[in-house]
Amino acid sequence: MMRRGLWVAAWALIILVLIMPLAVVLAEALKNGFGPALETLKDPDGIAALWLTVEVTTIAVIANTLFGIAAAWLLTKYRFPGRTSLLVLVELPLSISPVVSGLVWLLLFGAQGWWGPALEEAGIHIAFAIPGIILATVFVTLPYVVRTLVPLMEQQGRDTEEAAALAGAGFWQILWRVTLPGARIALVSGILLTTARAMGEFGAVSVVSGHIPGLTETMPLHIESLYNGYQTVAAFTMAALLACMALATVLLRYAPAFLWRSREVPK
Amino acid sequence: MRAFNGAAGQYHAFCILVVDGSMKRAFTQFWRGGYSALPGYRFSLLFTVFWTGFFIILPLCALIIRPWQDGVGPVVAELHDARMFAALWTSFSTAAVAAFLNIPLGLFLAWMLVRGDLPGRHIANALIDIPLALPTAVSGITLATLYSPQGWLGYPLSKLGISVAYTRSGIVLALMFVGLPFMVRTVEPVLKNLPQELEEAAKLLGARPRQIITRVIIAPLRPALLTGFGLAFARGVGEYGSVIFIAGNQPFKSEIAPLLIVVRLQEFDYPGATAIALILLLASLSVLVCLGVLRRRISAWSVGA
Repeated sequence: MMRRGLWVAAWALIILVLIMPLAVVLAEALKNGFGPALETLKDPDGIAALWLTVEVTTIAVIANTLFGIAAAWLLTKYRFPGRTSLLVLVELPLSISPVVSGLVWLLLFGAQGWWGPALEEAGIHIAFAIPGIILATVFVTLPYVVRTLVPLMEQQGRDTEEAAALAGAGFWQILWRVTLPGARIALVSGILLTTARAMGEFGAVSVVSGHIPGLTETMPLHIESLYNGYQTVAAFTMAALLACMALATVLLRYAPAFLWRSREVPK
Repeated sequence: MRAFNGAAGQYHAFCILVVDGSMKRAFTQFWRGGYSALPGYRFSLLFTVFWTGFFIILPLCALIIRPWQDGVGPVVAELHDARMFAALWTSFSTAAVAAFLNIPLGLFLAWMLVRGDLPGRHIANALIDIPLALPTAVSGITLATLYSPQGWLGYPLSKLGISVAYTRSGIVLALMFVGLPFMVRTVEPVLKNLPQELEEAAKLLGARPRQIITRVIIAPLRPALLTGFGLAFARGVGEYGSVIFIAGNQPFKSEIAPLLIVVRLQEFDYPGATAIALILLLASLSVLVCLGVLRRRISAWSVGA
């Protein structure tokens, strides 16, 4: 009896706190039916925002995956002075406010920044342009691949890698044939987390972007301007689209474990 | 005198030798990667150091140096600004309250997922990640709509005379939503590793449910709960997107520190904005360090007991 009560309480909590917001997004987007909601997606500024988000996310994910693999290899396969400080530094963006993560790039490349005016004269625009958005996104998503890879690679030790090295394998061969296949689930999970965070980043991008509709507005920024402009249906339609993209990315993390497990069971 | 000089000189030379030797050893160890047999050390070292140097150390230097560049004046002016202290207080107090309220909620959900035989456990487990996955701007406008006086939850609350939206309670609610997964996900693995027999043994020995909860479940979980609190708190202090839509953003009342940074930037007051950012960063880092020390104490104490 008491157990039933606890079940009901747990599900009530989950519905109230976690499902209700998702339902609100859909309800507000479809307030006037499917037609008007789909109509708002044809807005050229919205489409530009979608493509900018895809572009920035792709670049940030590729950059941070390469860095994540290199850093995880360095941090788990060798012991050297300064290793712990490096680990702390890499995780630092997680405890920095998104607004501050955007602000630091303005300090470097903004109009009042250290190198902003010089670069501006040379015709290179970073702050209030797409490069700034990319820098801020890379900064914010830097730790995710490293964080998922390091515990696993640490646990796997370096015996297999050392055996491969003794058998004459080079660096790339060891990385590609020995280390990465063993860590593929963690790697995929880290990449997916990076992707979800990169496309949803709001605070950092909002500070460096300059909010130029159709040019430097990513999806979250476009949602903000639509919402503040009282275009509720358009704002929530875009929000629903972005939420679906992010949730699907995060849920995909469960897919490889599920697939590989089901393939390995029959053996 | 001369003998003394000689002894001191020898001591000096000895010191140089020791320091020099250990430095040299540290340097070769750094350059050789602890004499590992694996290839690729220098390549990955250079890559990682350059990347962290550009993306982390350089911005951090800018953040630390920039406020002082126009003299001490702007920083001092910012330190005399009551509005900044009000904003910092709003950020820190709401983050602490939200993280604290999340402790029982997160513990309850984690226990139900691990031990409670909750029907639909796998679905519930996936749903816990929603606040982490949902982009902050989306959760911001959604929570603002949900708790607005006409919203699904705001309407019944306003009938009861509780106004949530555009007040500090709204900020707390938004931060609780954002922080809940941190609490559940830090408690869950520790709870999984606790033998279930402990609860059963306590029950057989005649412990009352409340005793089981406080002495058998919560006691070994205290370090994990503290870590979860710290993570949720750190996230809450800096949170921007999911808060600004519901907060109302009135100076001195419901204005959070990250928003004040944005306001200062819009006024082109870069030193002021950077000063707030620096204070925010230092304050949240010191809270995290304190929590880490406290957690180590508690876990050492639990092991000893």
